Amino acid sequence: MSDIADRVKKIVAEHLGVEADKVTENASFIDDLGADSLDTVELVMAFEEAFNCEIPDDAAETILTVGDAIKFLEKNAA
Amino acid sequence: MRRVVVTGLGMVTPLGCGVDITWQRLLEGRSGARRIEHFEVSDLPAKIACRIPRGDGSDGTYNPDQWMEPKEQRKVDEFIVYAMAAATQALDDAGWHPSTYEDQIASGVLIGSGIGGLQGISEATLLLQERGPRRISPFFIPGRLINLAGGYVSIQHGLKGPNHAVVTACSTGAHAIGDAARLVALGDADVMVAGGAESPINRLALAGFAACRALSTSYNDTPEKASRPYDRDRDGFVMGEGAGVVVVEELEHALARGARIYGEVIGYGMSGDAFHITAPSEDGDGAFRCMSAALKRANISASEIDYINAHGTSTMADEIELGAVQRLVGNAAATVSMSSTKSSIGHLLGAAGAVEAIFSLLAIRDGVAPATINLDNPAMETPIDLVPNAPRKRNIDVALSNSFGFGGTNASLVFRRYAS
Repeated sequence: MSDIADRVKKIVAEHLGVEADKVTENASFIDDLGADSLDTVELVMAFEEAFNCEIPDDAAETILTVGDAIKFLEKNAA
Repeated sequence: MRRVVVTGLGMVTPLGCGVDITWQRLLEGRSGARRIEHFEVSDLPAKIACRIPRGDGSDGTYNPDQWMEPKEQRKVDEFIVYAMAAATQALDDAGWHPSTYEDQIASGVLIGSGIGGLQGISEATLLLQERGPRRISPFFIPGRLINLAGGYVSIQHGLKGPNHAVVTACSTGAHAIGDAARLVALGDADVMVAGGAESPINRLALAGFAACRALSTSYNDTPEKASRPYDRDRDGFVMGEGAGVVVVEELEHALARGARIYGEVIGYGMSGDAFHITAPSEDGDGAFRCMSAALKRANISASEIDYINAHGTSTMADEIELGAVQRLVGNAAATVSMSSTKSSIGHLLGAAGAVEAIFSLLAIRDGVAPATINLDNPAMETPIDLVPNAPRKRNIDVALSNSFGFGGTNASLVFRRYAS
């Protein structure tokens, strides 16, 4: 469980170019971490790649925070 | 029309990152050509290029992190980062950092590229084939588009005036500066950030230009000798990369804020060969009409030209340009110095015209014509001083810079030492 959370946080920090300690579970990609809508699309692609899963567009639209991503991947990742 | 002057310069070239370091090394007669080591060249006929020296930013090296955040760099092809570096340098040099809304809307961008994001397009094509469309990044398109160089520069520096881009192959940089100067002259903007950027040193571009039989292939073991315009033993151009950007500004605007003036843009001419997709018209008619148009706009005679920065790519076309220049200057041939700085930096394609315009302005400033290096055995007799192998100190009040591109697209710029 914590493994998925750590990997998600690492991906977010790398892709958005932010300090790791800013990447908390409550952090919103757009409001707190400086992402724009294109960044969030790419972030979802990075999660798909890293966790070898497919995140459909309607699910991707509900992933707004780091915690959302962790929850989704804990449920759906292979 | 309003008078237009150049008040800021910036560049990243195979001789270094920055105007001063590039100019110094150019006058030292150095070559930027090296064996290509960052990708496989064993199956390519041309195995050399003039590549920007990368490093931590010291000793004239180019460190992309100084010009664009690593997070943003990942999204774009390198020509955009080069453009950001050159534009930031030029604006800093000009001391122009518009912060009020009025200043921002009076300041625009016109930066072009000959090819744009070829590296990114080729990588994405492979990804599409191997992994399918879901793996294509949302940054694929915006990171490859030629006008995104200007887009990024405008966002970074708050330039809300005209936002335009030029795509005319090897004439791009010259057209960009000429068009930008015209926008300022006509009052569409008071300040324009203008130039060209190119990042073509990759397998696909080298294969493509080699197929056109445009590249030097006989000097793979002595790369610094490969770019040799006008020389008997030249055999094609050497691929370069980089960016050149200038700040062009309305004269009164520049004077009012006490800006340093490098020179005045007094002439800009254009023509089309309407002849062949890659070869210039053999009689040099397109080049001649282009230069003539620039002189007409400048309202000067050909005998007033002191220095010509030639297009001079180190191909068979060198003779055609020289013939056109001889026809243009006529009896004044003996008083003109003409050199090809591509002998040192290679051919920067869409950035060439902008970088060479900057060299022309520095030639005026410092009273020196940079050399045509590797000109050991001139292939043609001419009364024109081709500045072989060593720079020539001489008075230069008027300089003309030529750029000619695939498609038969020609541009000439004329600069004059500023005088009120």
